[in-house]
Amino acid sequence: MSDVKFSKEHEWITLEGDIATIGITKHATEMLGDIVFAELPEKGASVEKDGTAGVVESTKAASDVYTPISGEVVDTNQSIVDDPSKINEDPEGSAWFFKLKMKDKAELDSLMNKEEYDKFAKESAS
Amino acid sequence: MEIKKTSLYQLHQDSKAKFVEFAGYQMPIQYPEGIVEEHKFTRNHSGIFDVSHMGQLFIYGDDNLIEDLEKIFPLDLKNLKLNHSKYSFLMNDEAGIYDDLIITKIEKGFLIILNAACKENDFKILRRLLNNKYEMLLDNERSLIAIQGPKSVKILSDIINGVEDLSFMSGNWFFFQEQKIYITRSGYTGEDGFEISLPNNCAENFTKKLIEKGAKLIGLGARDTLRLEAGLCLYGHELDKDKTPVEANLKWAISKDRVSKGNFIGSNIINKQLNDGVSKIRVGIKPEGRIIAREKTKIFNQSDLHIGEITSGTFGPSVNGPVAMGYVENEFSKKDTKIFLEVRGKKHPANICGLPFYKKSYVKGANK
Repeated sequence: MSDVKFSKEHEWITLEGDIATIGITKHATEMLGDIVFAELPEKGASVEKDGTAGVVESTKAASDVYTPISGEVVDTNQSIVDDPSKINEDPEGSAWFFKLKMKDKAELDSLMNKEEYDKFAKESAS
Repeated sequence: MEIKKTSLYQLHQDSKAKFVEFAGYQMPIQYPEGIVEEHKFTRNHSGIFDVSHMGQLFIYGDDNLIEDLEKIFPLDLKNLKLNHSKYSFLMNDEAGIYDDLIITKIEKGFLIILNAACKENDFKILRRLLNNKYEMLLDNERSLIAIQGPKSVKILSDIINGVEDLSFMSGNWFFFQEQKIYITRSGYTGEDGFEISLPNNCAENFTKKLIEKGAKLIGLGARDTLRLEAGLCLYGHELDKDKTPVEANLKWAISKDRVSKGNFIGSNIINKQLNDGVSKIRVGIKPEGRIIAREKTKIFNQSDLHIGEITSGTFGPSVNGPVAMGYVENEFSKKDTKIFLEVRGKKHPANICGLPFYKKSYVKGANK
């Protein structure tokens, strides 16, 4: 598995070949609180970098989930739709959101590495 | 305007609360355990709510006061026993609701608990309606703490002997560290519990005692999910100046005797609506899937006609699913009527349902 990259919208992304796995960060789940609803993109759908590709809701509010890269949705994680509390439990592991067949590898260049993201998250929280 | 803090602010901060501004006050929305855990703890054990931002209005006067208040509230106040409480409304001439409130008969007068966002305006309206004839005090020197949940009676009676004998919607004066505190058996979560009015200078100490006995601080976030599951209205959402108590499906709170006699503000409209029916009415709404329909979500019937709007909607942790309340046209208000909720451009099936979503466990003597 390759390195994890992060977006300013608090998504994480890992890459295996040209298949990217995307989820939301632990920091994002801490900001959101208890997640009680998740909506994922349709399999086969095309999504554009920085476009919405799902929704998460806490008891308080709804938030869009964005895709940090463009591509075709090849798989979605039904288990987080059935039990959204899994997103709070393991956001950067088993509670991934969707997998994309990546269109343009260059889109990864604008994303942050872990160190950069941690700094960004800390600054945006304060 | 400077944001106000309650006398428990420091305790909230020490308990690592996340704060939110609510009605001009810095209030805890949640603590580290989160809304779902706080909600469940209240249902299963005992939660403490700082509701000191709410108004505590003391009005003192003689029999004329009772008569004058009956011109304002649709209640049989002449027969309200000492230390007994009633849920009621402050209305305009069209029976639109300025505020919903709890009024308690105390010695020489009444104590009225008002919503935080409405209290200053309520005070002005009431002073005008009462022609400045009576002593009125919107008391900022007192805090208001609620303790709610099945273990609350044990916890509170360990500190204040005798509270276990209070029946639902009644109260009395007690002492805490030689200070007079007023306790009623009431609340807004659908659980058995108490509300304690006490001087600011002992509020923190008192709350710490409750915590020592096993109760936990609960934020406004869980207060909202608890009251919604209990089918209780929140001012500014289910209730406002454009809605009447009959439309809000709260006619149980209006004295039948007073309606037949009329002679209170809004009585003409109330009377008319009770006889002729209303065009829109508050209902409970249960989405079929997991979709959460928030405030302002549009409601459609099976023929795709727009028939109403959601006023509150969230995930109910005890129901373990989404719950909502809203207003629909009267003809679509029957239980089990199939409706559709438009969320993010898609229409999702839902059903009109009875309230509450979660069965109340108020203790003995529930009065209506």
